[in-house]
Amino acid sequence: MPKTLYDKIWDEHLVYERQDGTSLLYVDRHLIHEVTSPQAFEGLRLGKRKVRKPNLNLAVADHNVPTTDRSKGIDDKESKIQVDALRNNCKEFGIEFFDMNDKRHGIVHIIGPEQGFTQPGTVIVCGDSHTATHGAFGALAFGVGTSEVEHVLATQTLIQKKSKNFRLIVNGKLSIGVTAKDVILKIIGTIGTAGGTGFVIEFAGDVIKNLSIEERMTVCNMTIEGGARAGLIEPDKKTFEYLKGKPMSPKHNNWNKALEHWSNLKSDDDCKFDKEVVIKGEDIVPQVTWGTSPQDVVPVNGFVPNPDQEKDKDRKVAMERSLNYMGLQPNTKITDIKIDKVFIGSCTNGRIQDLREAAKLLKDKKIAKHVNAIVVPGSGLVKGQAEEEGLDKIFKNSGFEWREPGCSMCLAMNADKLNPKERCASTSNRNFEGRQGRGGRTHLVSPAMAVAAAINGHLSDVRKF
Amino acid sequence: MEKFKNIKSIPAYLPLINIDTDMIIPKQFLKTIKRSGLGKSLFYEMRFDEQGNSIKNFVLNNDPYKNSKILISGKNFGCGSSREHAPWALLDFGIRCVISQSFADIFYNNCFKNGILPIIVQENIVKELGECSGRKENIEIKLSEQEIIYGNKSHKFKLDLFKKKCLIEGLDDIALSLEKTKHIETFENKLTQNKPWILNNG
Ligand code: SF4
Repeated sequence: MPKTLYDKIWDEHLVYERQDGTSLLYVDRHLIHEVTSPQAFEGLRLGKRKVRKPNLNLAVADHNVPTTDRSKGIDDKESKIQVDALRNNCKEFGIEFFDMNDKRHGIVHIIGPEQGFTQPGTVIVCGDSHTATHGAFGALAFGVGTSEVEHVLATQTLIQKKSKNFRLIVNGKLSIGVTAKDVILKIIGTIGTAGGTGFVIEFAGDVIKNLSIEERMTVCNMTIEGGARAGLIEPDKKTFEYLKGKPMSPKHNNWNKALEHWSNLKSDDDCKFDKEVVIKGEDIVPQVTWGTSPQDVVPVNGFVPNPDQEKDKDRKVAMERSLNYMGLQPNTKITDIKIDKVFIGSCTNGRIQDLREAAKLLKDKKIAKHVNAIVVPGSGLVKGQAEEEGLDKIFKNSGFEWREPGCSMCLAMNADKLNPKERCASTSNRNFEGRQGRGGRTHLVSPAMAVAAAINGHLSDVRKF
Repeated sequence: MEKFKNIKSIPAYLPLINIDTDMIIPKQFLKTIKRSGLGKSLFYEMRFDEQGNSIKNFVLNNDPYKNSKILISGKNFGCGSSREHAPWALLDFGIRCVISQSFADIFYNNCFKNGILPIIVQENIVKELGECSGRKENIEIKLSEQEIIYGNKSHKFKLDLFKKKCLIEGLDDIALSLEKTKHIETFENKLTQNKPWILNNG
């Protein structure tokens, strides 16, 4: 029977299958961060269990770390306890840990690919919903809870039931000013936040094929915002090129063997998907979110929607609540919305290509006086590369702050947050109530759109730049 | 894990769709390294104002819902972050069962690891149960029968057999999987042969 890419990876990782279809799936790569792991390690200790394959794990503290001067360590007591706990746990169980001052330190979903830890055809999990990012390499990558983190540590497997197959095709071409972020926002706006529930999504079509690996990561990153278990893209030459020579990529003879295996990782021509959605690349314009769910998207040249025109009652209530939280009136022109802060970073848009695109637009310009803007590179390596290219200077000269890597204002667990009612153009992935700080108002956009907003002081159409 | 016993309780009804785990337990409470003690912070920003006073019209702040063991909510409950702190907070508050039209995947799985039963029912049942909540009527959840009993009605719900067994028996699934160690070893041996780059990581 013809198989999808997901079917193939699933079958290759099946350790044991119960009669009811509940399966033990082998986990090739496990990423760990400080927030979702302490209770898992504690569980291991209580159960007197060991980590089955320490070298298939890689850990980093990213959520809690300060992005300002780190030479004195972490001020916040609780954050420090959590980061220290991870460091000690890794030591005790023999797991590699990138500490805060290590150049390779960064957001967990950025360092995996950078190190070549992320590879095609593998099963990758992490106690973090944005693990889907790694699907950009043709890996089956998904987020799990802390109990499952413990299960993976102890057994190097996971109990799973198979999801259904969903193919999302983006055909044609993207217009100028439209980025990978706009593609995924448009997709979520189209299928809804629960549109992918129960599915693994394979992204396909010319637009996806033509994206760079970094852009593919942006798309896969937000698959979870569409509710899917995972999102993946068939690996190709670009994928292999990206991985070649990375510190943890296969070497020598293994590289050739891996390459041979990876080249066969694609859905069979005649395979069937349980669900299919097609979007035309030409129909996508730069997107902005107006509400508190990632599906609340509008084109930048559009208007804040009016709940009175919504027929679904539950949806109408949700829209009214969102507008109230966001402090917006129906029918307001999107580009009339003034902003206070700009955040460029996160595992969605904190890679070098994102910073390059932002800097290109920003060069020789100043951001609006009332706007507070920060750039938080996704990793130490991204930061180093950007500084080598002089991007840090462009940002700083324009009025941006240039920070140390970490999750930062994506979820505001460290000191970087919005104050109540502050409005932010953010390149992160979630606009939930309180996500960037209690009462904070988030508009999700691409890095280019974030820069446009920073310069004008209000949400703006990057195509007019 | 504690065994799941049948529940009888006046349910609390939160008629909102897309309740995300950031709402269930905001990030400032994720800095803990323990599983316990999160109940007081459940739905923190919806339950308490900026000064920390409880917000009157939030359902879980009021009697009898303060003591509800069952929470009913709008569809796509538990979306967003994978944080298991969400079910930990619900459990610590006393919630043992969540009823919705649909759940986000990771949250749904996380519930079972903590002895919480998430039940999926059709929209009309959600509404009927919500009405029971409004009338402050008890509803009963019988897990082995897979049945919700309310008023003079009852409704059967679907549930994965393996998950049901784990709940009823309070099983530790790591112990169960470790029983399969032989299979894992065989798998790894094949892996060494077929994909040598996986296990030596390079
Ligand atoms: S950058 Fe944001 S979404 Fe990504 S791992 Fe960090 S907190 Fe999660």
